[in-house]
Amino acid sequence: METTTLFSEVLMEYPQQEGSLIPLLQEAQAKYRYIFPEIVEEIADYIGMTESQVFGVASFYSQFRFTEPAEHTISVCLGTACHVNSGETLLESFERDLELKPGECTSDKKFELERVACLGCCALAPVVKIDNDIYGKLNLVKLKEVIKHYE
Amino acid sequence: MNNFVKLKKQSTKKWDALVNSGEAAIYLGMASCGKASGADNVKKAILNAFDKYNVTAKLVEVGCIGPCYLEPLMDISVEGLPRISFGNVNEKMADFLIRKFLVDKEKYTKKTLGFIGNKPYDGIPSFFDHPMLKSQVRIVTKNCGLIDPENIHHYIANDGYAGLEKALTMSPDDIIEDITYAHLRGRGGAGFKTGIKWRTCRDTKSDTKYLICNADEGDPGAFMNRLLIESDPHAVLEGMLIAAYAIGATHGYIYIRAEYPLAIKRLHHAIGQMRENNLIGDHILESKFSFDIKIKEGAGAFVCGEETSLIHSIEGKRGMPRTRPPFPAVSGLNGNPTIINNVETLGTVSHILRNGAEWYRSFGVDNNFGTKTFSLVGKIRRSGLIEVPLGISLKKIIYDIGGGTLKPFKAVQTGGPSGGCIPKELLDTPVTYESLATVGSIMGSGGLIVMDKDTCVVDVARYFLDFIQKESCGKCTPCRVGTRHMVEILEKICNGEAEPGYLDKLESLGQMIKSTSLCGLGQTAPNPVLSTLRYFRSEYIQHIDEYYCSAVVCRSLIEYSVIKENCTGCQLCVSVCPTGAIVGPRSEPHNLDQDKCIKCRACYEICRFDAIAGNAIVITSKKEV
Repeated sequence: METTTLFSEVLMEYPQQEGSLIPLLQEAQAKYRYIFPEIVEEIADYIGMTESQVFGVASFYSQFRFTEPAEHTISVCLGTACHVNSGETLLESFERDLELKPGECTSDKKFELERVACLGCCALAPVVKIDNDIYGKLNLVKLKEVIKHYE
Repeated sequence: MNNFVKLKKQSTKKWDALVNSGEAAIYLGMASCGKASGADNVKKAILNAFDKYNVTAKLVEVGCIGPCYLEPLMDISVEGLPRISFGNVNEKMADFLIRKFLVDKEKYTKKTLGFIGNKPYDGIPSFFDHPMLKSQVRIVTKNCGLIDPENIHHYIANDGYAGLEKALTMSPDDIIEDITYAHLRGRGGAGFKTGIKWRTCRDTKSDTKYLICNADEGDPGAFMNRLLIESDPHAVLEGMLIAAYAIGATHGYIYIRAEYPLAIKRLHHAIGQMRENNLIGDHILESKFSFDIKIKEGAGAFVCGEETSLIHSIEGKRGMPRTRPPFPAVSGLNGNPTIINNVETLGTVSHILRNGAEWYRSFGVDNNFGTKTFSLVGKIRRSGLIEVPLGISLKKIIYDIGGGTLKPFKAVQTGGPSGGCIPKELLDTPVTYESLATVGSIMGSGGLIVMDKDTCVVDVARYFLDFIQKESCGKCTPCRVGTRHMVEILEKICNGEAEPGYLDKLESLGQMIKSTSLCGLGQTAPNPVLSTLRYFRSEYIQHIDEYYCSAVVCRSLIEYSVIKENCTGCQLCVSVCPTGAIVGPRSEPHNLDQDKCIKCRACYEICRFDAIAGNAIVITSKKEV
């Protein structure tokens, strides 16, 4: 319960209305890195919605996650430009090396893998983002070098 | 307006001090694409070089001029030389340039791409005569890459907010008249006339009206809005003020996708500067006009680019569309009249106000006046963001500006997942809203994806449909279920498991989804499939009847093998193969076991890129009749 009382300070900055829901979920995720039941409950109480309504909105948007994230997030861009430049093979390479599927975490919570629709760096395709660093014009050989910085 | 006159003077002075004082300055492209190419490291190298050589210069972080393939771009200006630009600058080169220019005081112009500005210099071409830039007409991207996007003075010194200043002396009706006469059409893709949309909202009586800037640039393969906001945020914000004044809005939102953190940061920063200078809030520039802007971050849903979904999302609901009418211009956010304009549309508005509608009509062709930005990407030599007058041919864009393809050209996709693939025979098609629709595509927001002979159109169609199917909000059945069926059929074709009649089924499903879906997402979803069926039917048939993928992309239909004569026996492929499919002793040709091969491409790439390898691995697709 300690964490949820901390969040009430953030709540106060927003009007108690439905329009505050998505920004509040974003604030919660920025603070706790994922959305968990106590947060849903607190936001629902504050705005005057049911928990299922809050969860219904949160689960619609791909930004919100409901499991604890790993230390490093690897986002493989699969926008059109990356797709035609073999971006998929980069994703598969991570799947093989880290033994996980998109949306999963390694057992040591070090890496998690996700596919993203487009990072908007199409001229540098194929592109991979690790945490906040974007790497462009990648191939399977360069990829192995890049990942070493995070191991 | 006294304060604004003062502000303009102050800005001009600051800008002059930068460009005309003769003091050394370095400009570094720091938009997302520059950063992804290593601009952060180049910046560190520049600062290190300052220390190392004990020299200094102004370091200005600018946005992106557009030729992303030349990133990181670094410009340098010293006494007696115009600002000159260098491309693909790495840390070593940055250090070298600083030594040459600032330590040795040498005018090192050998590798420059050209000069920027209006002070030519003997022996140096203008950067804007570069083949990628020469045919472009830069209106909305005028400042991109040239000014510091975080410095409002740079914007103001370059005619910034002059459009707003003029607008505030006009009546809202006159502004709408101007925009209507300029024939500005929505740059988000649909091409609805902006003036008419504004008129509807203006004429709807309500105490509260909203203006929303749609920066939810979701099309994969498109980044025009990101680049404009990152490089010149005030251009969009000035357009918003003018639009709000014209329609009578007091509240504004920018709905921007969370995947663009730098653009969001630049907007927050820009709005802060506007507040300091009375350009936002109450009584803007001491007029009766008050307006404020909030930034709403999207939460990752492609469908929220559709205006009714976007409104639902701002209201805190699931981003699902609703039927229109009522149109948002009559009843939108919280039931109030709402105008939603695209980033580029708003970025254009201030230029029309500044220079007049007649000026704007001098670009482009009838019914399609002005310019449009495109992100030119895919299998193209010179990729990046371009701005061209409407009516230009696709051929000119791809060959003159983009420099063509490395391997034979196959098709260009306009309009992202909602558009179509246009083949070589139709490259003379002028880029207008109408002519692109005639050939089965759409203008869309501006993604231009170039494909060459190594791109499989069936695979691309599958890719787009798969994207749409995942992004479908699920509200209406044709889109939710229909696209699922189309993806299944396309997957079977790619896997060589198709049955007779599949193509007819795809076509009828496509037509049905187009005519019965609720919103634009579903109504345009089948376009990539229908257009490729129209122009590349033979490729589909080859997949189905001959199990043959000419582009060697579809994995079930291809095979990897080693050309013994080329193999140097370097064992690099052996070391990268994840399944142990390649074996062979050092210095002898290797063997590839088809049964173990998972076609991951690792051996192919290392054999192609590594100097000691012999480029001996080939991917083939055999026709089986």
